[in-house]
Amino acid sequence: MFFQDVVFWILTVMAVGAALGVVLVRDLFRAALLLIVVFMAVAGFFVLLSAEFLAVVQVLIYVGAIAILIIFAVMLTRDVQRGNLPNRLQIPAAVFASLLLVALITVAVDTKWDFLPAEQLERVELVQTSSVTTLTSEELTEFGITSAEDQAEVQSSGLADLLIGDYVLPFEAVSVLLLAALIGALALVRPDPGTGRG
Amino acid sequence: MSFEAFLIVSAVLFCIGLYGALARRNVLAVLMSIELMFNAVNVTLVAMAKYLAPAGLQEDISTVLTGQVFAVFIITVAAAEIALGLGIVFAMYRTNESVDLTEATQLRH
Repeated sequence: MFFQDVVFWILTVMAVGAALGVVLVRDLFRAALLLIVVFMAVAGFFVLLSAEFLAVVQVLIYVGAIAILIIFAVMLTRDVQRGNLPNRLQIPAAVFASLLLVALITVAVDTKWDFLPAEQLERVELVQTSSVTTLTSEELTEFGITSAEDQAEVQSSGLADLLIGDYVLPFEAVSVLLLAALIGALALVRPDPGTGRG
Repeated sequence: MSFEAFLIVSAVLFCIGLYGALARRNVLAVLMSIELMFNAVNVTLVAMAKYLAPAGLQEDISTVLTGQVFAVFIITVAAAEIALGLGIVFAMYRTNESVDLTEATQLRH
């Protein structure tokens, strides 16, 4: 537990420091690199929260695709020299963001959360960490899940089962959204056929 | 490393992103701030999936994965958003020769 706390605080300092850098650093290219640090720290949080699959997805999609796209955009637009200037809303935005922060922290601390019962914790963690693999009965027995019904329940409760089971409609909708967004992006960046300018 | 600690960290990340999205002039900086906000929300969702008891836990253990499923959807939507956003940035750069949001006034009457 102590080790996890240390990792948590290191990740927190990394994430908050780099996030402050993203919005305050003048050089946009450095801001994009600091954004990668935030993404990696968030992937670390996912591992701490026993969501290993999401941590891998985070690294693949955010660090591997989104960050690279942003760096490309920074390099392809010539405004880099002007840097990351603030607009006239700076002070109202800071006030609004800090008020929201106070409200969110109050809610987080004051609410009486409905926590998982302690005797369920081990099973829940097993289901969450094994979100993409099927566990064998022997492995489940090692974790103290011995009855055949419980084993069947854990084995058929992965993330993939949920995505193409209970959540198949949002899953399909998101696929169509992604396709539409990519076609839209292609249409936007296509050179103008009339002038040939790109 | 309690549940509240995760909530507070993600609230801090979200508010930093919100400040950046409101107060920056460069559209790429605004897009990066929006990505920060997406990440903060994902941390909240996954933390809630880990620590809180979902409705219907007794009947179906897989409800503890709901938060992760939502995080997967948010990551996908963020990818779509950034692809379309950068397309708009390039179109804007082509017409304006700049990615400064204060200079994008074509839609003003």
